[in-house]
Amino acid sequence: MTFRALSRRALLAATAATALVLSQGGAQAQTPENVLIVGQIAEPQALDPAAVTAVNDFRILMNMYDGLVRYKDGTLEVEPALATDWTISEDGTVYTFTLREGVMFHDGSAFDAEAVKFNFERMLDEAHPYHNTGPFPLAFFFSAVESVDVIDPLTVAFTLNAPYAPFLSNLAYPTGLIVSPAAVMEYGADFGRHPSGTGAFSFGEWRSNEAVVVQANPEYWDGAPKLETVVFRPITDANTRSAEMLAGGIDLMVEVPPVALSEFQSDAYTVYEQAGPHVWFLILNAKEGPFADKRVRQAANYAINKEAIVNDVLEGTAEVAAGPTPPAFAWAYNTDLDPYPYDPARARALLKEAGAEGAELTFYVTEGGSGMLDPVAMGTAIQADLEAVGLDVKIETYEWNTFLGNVNPGLEGKADMAEMAWMTNDPDTLPFLALRTEAWPDKGGFNSGYYSNPEVDALLDAARVETDQDERARLYQEMQVIVQDDAPWVFVANWKQNAVTSDRVEGFSLQPSFFLLLDDVTKN
Amino acid sequence: MTGYILKRLVSAIPVLLGISVIVFLIMAMIPGDPATAILGSYATPENVEKLNRDLGLDQGLVPRYFIWLGHMVQGDFGRSFALNRPVLDEVLDRFGATLILAGTSFVLCSLLGVAAGVVSAARQYGWADKAITFVVLLGISIPSFFLGMMMILIFAVQLRWFPVSGMWPIYGDRTVWVLLNHLFMPALALAVVATGVIARLARSAMLEVLRQDFIRTARAKGVRERRVIWRHALRAAMVSIIPVLGIQAGFVLSGAVYIEMVFQWPGVGRMLVDAILKRDILLVQGGVVFIAACYVMFNIMVDVAQAMLDPRIKT
Repeated sequence: MTFRALSRRALLAATAATALVLSQGGAQAQTPENVLIVGQIAEPQALDPAAVTAVNDFRILMNMYDGLVRYKDGTLEVEPALATDWTISEDGTVYTFTLREGVMFHDGSAFDAEAVKFNFERMLDEAHPYHNTGPFPLAFFFSAVESVDVIDPLTVAFTLNAPYAPFLSNLAYPTGLIVSPAAVMEYGADFGRHPSGTGAFSFGEWRSNEAVVVQANPEYWDGAPKLETVVFRPITDANTRSAEMLAGGIDLMVEVPPVALSEFQSDAYTVYEQAGPHVWFLILNAKEGPFADKRVRQAANYAINKEAIVNDVLEGTAEVAAGPTPPAFAWAYNTDLDPYPYDPARARALLKEAGAEGAELTFYVTEGGSGMLDPVAMGTAIQADLEAVGLDVKIETYEWNTFLGNVNPGLEGKADMAEMAWMTNDPDTLPFLALRTEAWPDKGGFNSGYYSNPEVDALLDAARVETDQDERARLYQEMQVIVQDDAPWVFVANWKQNAVTSDRVEGFSLQPSFFLLLDDVTKN
Repeated sequence: MTGYILKRLVSAIPVLLGISVIVFLIMAMIPGDPATAILGSYATPENVEKLNRDLGLDQGLVPRYFIWLGHMVQGDFGRSFALNRPVLDEVLDRFGATLILAGTSFVLCSLLGVAAGVVSAARQYGWADKAITFVVLLGISIPSFFLGMMMILIFAVQLRWFPVSGMWPIYGDRTVWVLLNHLFMPALALAVVATGVIARLARSAMLEVLRQDFIRTARAKGVRERRVIWRHALRAAMVSIIPVLGIQAGFVLSGAVYIEMVFQWPGVGRMLVDAILKRDILLVQGGVVFIAACYVMFNIMVDVAQAMLDPRIKT
């Protein structure tokens, strides 16, 4: 009897308390009009484009800053931005830019040639008074720059120490975004928390671990954005991010996990997909062991069922890769290239020919990491495919940083194959850093499988100094044919970046650059 | 008494120094350095070396330890590489959030656990006891992160009663009610396991006491049953329940890591997980030393309080 009374009282109290809390509940269902809330994958490191390296940070920065050039909508080709025009000297070493007139930074200072000079010298010149506002990990994108000279307030010239064709697309990369010198001088090392650029949105506030808020810049030279405010929320757990999207707490979500995509197949959401400059591959150790034989490397390419990996493991969030260059680099991609077909019989025949049947292989697999998609599941599928053609594969799994520490110094004496993925902004970067003889790990490159083909070296060296884009494209296309046949890697997948918006969001599209551009987006 | 407090404070110094050495060595020995983590794909030996130099990581272990220690003694915990802000600001922000979450959870699991245990014991083998035992076993068996995800699906996504994640709304005033609204699900999810454990132990402690003579005497005197249970029996049982509460407080604090990940609560556990993955050395070291210092201080305060209350403990 006494307990009945007690439990009744407790129940009443509990109900009252819950009701009080719940009464606050109705308010969170709808996000305000013209305010876009973006679910990001992590807290940004800083809002200083020269200091950061993560795609997550770039997604915010590209909306707050402009570079001298930018990628044309939907492509990876450069077009004018803060520079309206440029000329390249005959020998390809001097780039002279004409700057846009009347552009102001968000802090009210003027954008001019001096500002451009300040930006690059800050990154590159260790004696520069503001070099200590770094470090600038990606400054080597511009290591070819010897000097930056102000010709007049609206003309600036870059002198390179040698012709370097990727220079323009590096300028379109976030590391080349122009920051306000006045703001750097005012805030010093804290500039990354008090950012000021020329972009479509200006900085509002940054509440640590909660949100970065940016506001429309009505003076934007390319037309004021339609949204009033954009809020970037860091939600590191992918399941929680999906739940926020389903509950209406965010309007736009990036990097939807493949298994969650089916949740958004309704009229209330729009799912976007865009292939990007990404390639997921296996580095094969061409220096020693079974993969020193080209036939065994080709056999691995035939043996692995890439269709099954992209469709079943990755649920269609990637496409089968044909060669070392992602199709997103449309101008440099060789469309004649077909992926290695899934052909276990052919793989077995090649292995027999090479006398490599039953060979034991050590396979480095990572647990996660930038651009690595679903590395454990993919590694397991690959192991099964290789065992089906009679190879004996042992997987060793490492946490991402440990993995890089093992793979980057080279696979010699440790492993026969390793997973790897790259996202780049220029077709030059990956093959130049990871396929040349001069890029072997002991020479400071990423050719961890010791691939070496003088023909490929010559093509890549020539492409790097060629400023005529058609000729460059021809060189890359030729390179892709040779590399595909030599099979230094198993070419597995090109990731399609995805995003989901609610039906209130319009005018959004994903870019092949993987950047998130919001100046044309509206929300009802 | 002042002498005792001083003695305890002095004895804490070697403990903290030991912790600082251990965490420093662990961060120095784990594979992968911050420069590699920052550069990712672009981590050429040349770039790594330059960045390590810029980050001040190119010096030997011993000088680095003493520079770090020297700064810390002066209250400067350094700057986080990955978050680009002072370590101490970040740790204080995050620690506050964890205290709110774990504190609420602890209050919840203590009250619910003890109440469930007492009711169970008083109604031994009755329907209330069976129902409570069933629920409690279920609670102990469900991993807290899974329970958290299920709560999000049901109460945030389907019913939309509570927000999915975070500690504060993006818009609007920061009132206590808004905080409670965000706190409800994570605090409950975190409390469930501890509630179960406390309930089980409270039940057996109560059963033990209820068999004793003084309870029979009280009943024989005609004291009302409710008073017998809640005044006489519970008071005696608390002696063995309180140490369990102390242990559970530790579990709640460490269990907060999972809950903070699931509910994106901006607490110190999630901070440390992120910092370790990014090899954010100074943030990990500073965070661990700070938390350790808080534990040590808490223990000293408990001991001092006990010494004040209980004259049998020598001062």
